[in-house]
Amino acid sequence: MIISIASGKGGTGKTTIAINLALTLAETESVCFMDCDVEEPNAHLFLKPVLEGSAQVTVPIPIVDEEQCNRCGRCGEICAFNAILPLGNHILTFPELCHGCGGCTLLCPTGAIREEPLEIGVVEWGHAGSISHTHGRLKIGSPLAPPIVKAVKNRNQNMPEGTISIIDAPPGTSCPVVASVSDSDFCLLVTEPTPFGLHDLTLAVDMVRALQVPFGVVINRAGLGNGGLVNYCKAKNIPMLAEIPFERKYAACYAKGGRLVEEFPEMKEAFQSLWQTICATAPEGTKLP
Amino acid sequence: MKELLVISGKGGTGKTTIVGAFASLAKASSLTNDTVLADCDVDAADLHLILKPSIRETKEFLGLKKAALDPTKCDNCRACVDVCRFDAITAHEESVEIEPISCEGCAVCSHICPKHAISMEDVVAGHWFVSDTPYGPLVHAKLGIAEENSGKLVMEVRREARRIAETIESRLIISDGPPGIGCPVISSMSGVDLALIVTEPTVAGVHDMERLYALACGFDIEVMVCINKYDLDYEVSAEIEEYCDARNIAVAGKVPFDEEVVKALVKGEPIISPEHTDEDSKSPAARAVEQLWDEVYRLCEQ
Repeated sequence: MIISIASGKGGTGKTTIAINLALTLAETESVCFMDCDVEEPNAHLFLKPVLEGSAQVTVPIPIVDEEQCNRCGRCGEICAFNAILPLGNHILTFPELCHGCGGCTLLCPTGAIREEPLEIGVVEWGHAGSISHTHGRLKIGSPLAPPIVKAVKNRNQNMPEGTISIIDAPPGTSCPVVASVSDSDFCLLVTEPTPFGLHDLTLAVDMVRALQVPFGVVINRAGLGNGGLVNYCKAKNIPMLAEIPFERKYAACYAKGGRLVEEFPEMKEAFQSLWQTICATAPEGTKLP
Repeated sequence: MKELLVISGKGGTGKTTIVGAFASLAKASSLTNDTVLADCDVDAADLHLILKPSIRETKEFLGLKKAALDPTKCDNCRACVDVCRFDAITAHEESVEIEPISCEGCAVCSHICPKHAISMEDVVAGHWFVSDTPYGPLVHAKLGIAEENSGKLVMEVRREARRIAETIESRLIISDGPPGIGCPVISSMSGVDLALIVTEPTVAGVHDMERLYALACGFDIEVMVCINKYDLDYEVSAEIEEYCDARNIAVAGKVPFDEEVVKALVKGEPIISPEHTDEDSKSPAARAVEQLWDEVYRLCEQ
């Protein structure tokens, strides 16, 4: 089973929910954790995994052999990303714009273009106790996050039957989030009861609906804000799976990289009950709320 | 004209709250012409929730064209399936199917198809808006759900903000940036004069600030830091200050945790507004943001 944790708005508590759920489940289940927020991965700060290996993530970028090139300009015409540009007698390439589609290489009539891998980030893996942990890290200055998200997920395909995979997604609703959340069996949307939280939740709901992933909402920092969020969920028939109240002590625990379920018994109960609620909701969730 | 970008790496540190307050403070200060505001978080834009814009213009944003199949021309040779590196084309018994969400828009399939059965079609990938607010013009956008090219939409928003600023001879553009360090952040950052990094005293806040600062170092921009909710953890706040000191980054302000911030947000107002005329009516966070603004504005004027 794959459960992704997403949010729309940043800073609502995705990582908090993801790591505490993982720690709770790891007591009885086999858990695989994937931090797919490859721009700003944070889960390792809380899970503190011992890393065992890493692999570069690359995109194939074009290298032009100017001897073989007959300056026909075909590569510039077909590149949808403006990453290759014939200019006078030279062919300029802009590796940071290249999406690695291979079009120029494939369609060059003289075969003057070959591909070389360009590193855009790294995937690292290891264990945090019994939890199998993988995260990705976008190389600073590289714009392209989705290939790294896909690399994190590819490493953890074909997990043994019964493994519960938990995906910590990046904020937002665009391509890196879609890459993280798609193919999940269930998605937890973490939000807070403020107008920002509500507004961005509505975007996240549209996204998971477009991806046809069953979902429910976790309300974090309950008590800070107003009733708009709860009213929205009720009106739209969206299951509210758990509420984490705002307490300064929880914020302080998070600040230090602490784990709520280990420091506060009531939180452990809350996450156990969240899991039961997910299990009760998920099968029905195949028909969208 | 100067461009100030408020940015954070980690989401939810308070960028939009601070930009909203800055909009109000800029209006109240001696700036001769309206400040132009830009919401570059096109993925989950929120600034409009506190600036109460009335939309003057709506424009369509065309993202990359996406592949569309004409099934009557397709003879199911599957050449497209082989060349697509984004797993966007699935082979079925009768024909192939293109999955628009996975399509990267590279057009390789349309070039390779021997039957010319695939065309590249314009997709409205979002909208951008020019609005009037009580604090000055606002350019904001809404990227379509699950769309790509947020960086390109950010460029459109910034281009329009600059155009307006030139037309009305504004001296300052204040942009609310997206979270992360990827494509929309790079688009938000290139060419701005000053970036204010809003962080929070948590291990995640520090980690993300460091990666964002490393990114900012690749651009020729002045960087300063604001520690929001600094009193939630004094130790981690001190760590952030040490980090900044060691690199000569100005810590332009420290804003306390303050429930009044959430109350203002619920009302849909900036935390500091023209009604707050006397010191007593201002919340602790509002007073701290006012000091932060003085510091940031001083640097903008330099």
